[in-house]
Amino acid sequence: MAVIASVALLIAGQRTQQIDLLRAALSFVVDPIKYLVDLPSTVYKQASESIQSYVNLKQENGRLRDYQLIHQTQLLKLEALEKENIRLRALLENSFKLGEQVLIAELLSVNMAPYEHIVVVNKGTRFGVHQQQPVLDANGVVGQVFRAMPLTSEIMLITDPNHAVPVQVNRNGLLTIAVGSGQINKLLLPYLPSNADIRPGDLLITSGLGGTFPQGYPVAVVDEFTSQLNKPFANITATPMAKLDRNRELMIVWSNSTPVPLITKPSTTDPAPNSSP
Amino acid sequence: MNMSYGYSKIILTMILAMCLRILPLSSESAVYNPDWVLLVLIYWSLAVPETVGIFTAWTFGLFSDVLTGQLIGQHALAYSLVVYICLKLHKRIRQFPLLQQEVFIFFCLLLSQLLLFLVKNLLHPAQLHSTFWLPVFTGTLLWPLIYTVLRFVRLAQPVQK
Repeated sequence: MAVIASVALLIAGQRTQQIDLLRAALSFVVDPIKYLVDLPSTVYKQASESIQSYVNLKQENGRLRDYQLIHQTQLLKLEALEKENIRLRALLENSFKLGEQVLIAELLSVNMAPYEHIVVVNKGTRFGVHQQQPVLDANGVVGQVFRAMPLTSEIMLITDPNHAVPVQVNRNGLLTIAVGSGQINKLLLPYLPSNADIRPGDLLITSGLGGTFPQGYPVAVVDEFTSQLNKPFANITATPMAKLDRNRELMIVWSNSTPVPLITKPSTTDPAPNSSP
Repeated sequence: MNMSYGYSKIILTMILAMCLRILPLSSESAVYNPDWVLLVLIYWSLAVPETVGIFTAWTFGLFSDVLTGQLIGQHALAYSLVVYICLKLHKRIRQFPLLQQEVFIFFCLLLSQLLLFLVKNLLHPAQLHSTFWLPVFTGTLLWPLIYTVLRFVRLAQPVQK
């Protein structure tokens, strides 16, 4: 009986999405266990924060204020640049993706299964998280939401052997795919020919192809390029930009899946010069 | 010992086993982490076969699937088969000395891991390391500890008034 039921579940789970409802229901029982296991590290973090000395906190506050100021001024420029970009794209008759919203989620320190680079965060469908959302940190792309459950969600890192992210070389726009290697600090680029224009130190950014990841976020830096004799493809490895094994705070991104419709040409968007005479 | 008291012990130890299953270990030591849920299930199915049956094993298998983020049903399948064998042989296994029990546990864990291996291999072949089999050995080595601890838990009486 149980065997038949489990085999049926296995087959159903592979074929349909209906089984996600069962998973969500079961996760209400199981997710508190994840929070329970995470409790010691959370308590430790909070305790160490609360017994930090006044001087340290003041120093940190000052440093953060400086950062804030610098970033604020950079943002001022960014806004102008974004406007300019939209104008230029309009000249090229191109559409432009705008408007990304982020949600900060915190990692739960639990270990799911070895060999799989899947982590658990404390935000789930209750916060509107859904499958295949890109996840970033302050340095680059972390992964995508693999499974969203009511209280938690599972995130597949870009280094998981089952994960691939479409990237392009920032220097020359060369498109390729970065595949996870199963090691936390290594990505593979298996689909480039031996004479490809790529060298160590090149920055790889998301190309936006495939539709999961928005375009232009840093993914990794190429660190080794060896062309294999009498083999069609080169051996290229890259190091992820995101601190995959250190960060506790991650950002889940909502990007507008439909691009902003073609922006009208500057002559019509900016009626001031025409109407003034 | 009344029935509800026994249940609470079983459920508490199972929750503890589930916590141990997802303990945040470094990636090197995580490959040694045995299947605590199955080990505790085996103990209870040998000790109180009238309470812990195939249905319990199947349910905790489902929990285990959700807990470790696997395709639903694979742990349920493995656990219910292993517990079925335990229920069939529990009278004999209970008489065995600890060393002989370990041999039995080894084969139980191996069977469970083999079923998981088959399911995973059907999904995406040739993705698994040889370290996939390590939890079988660590689980076997840890059996005496689990046996003594859970035996203590089972036989501990509430304070008589």
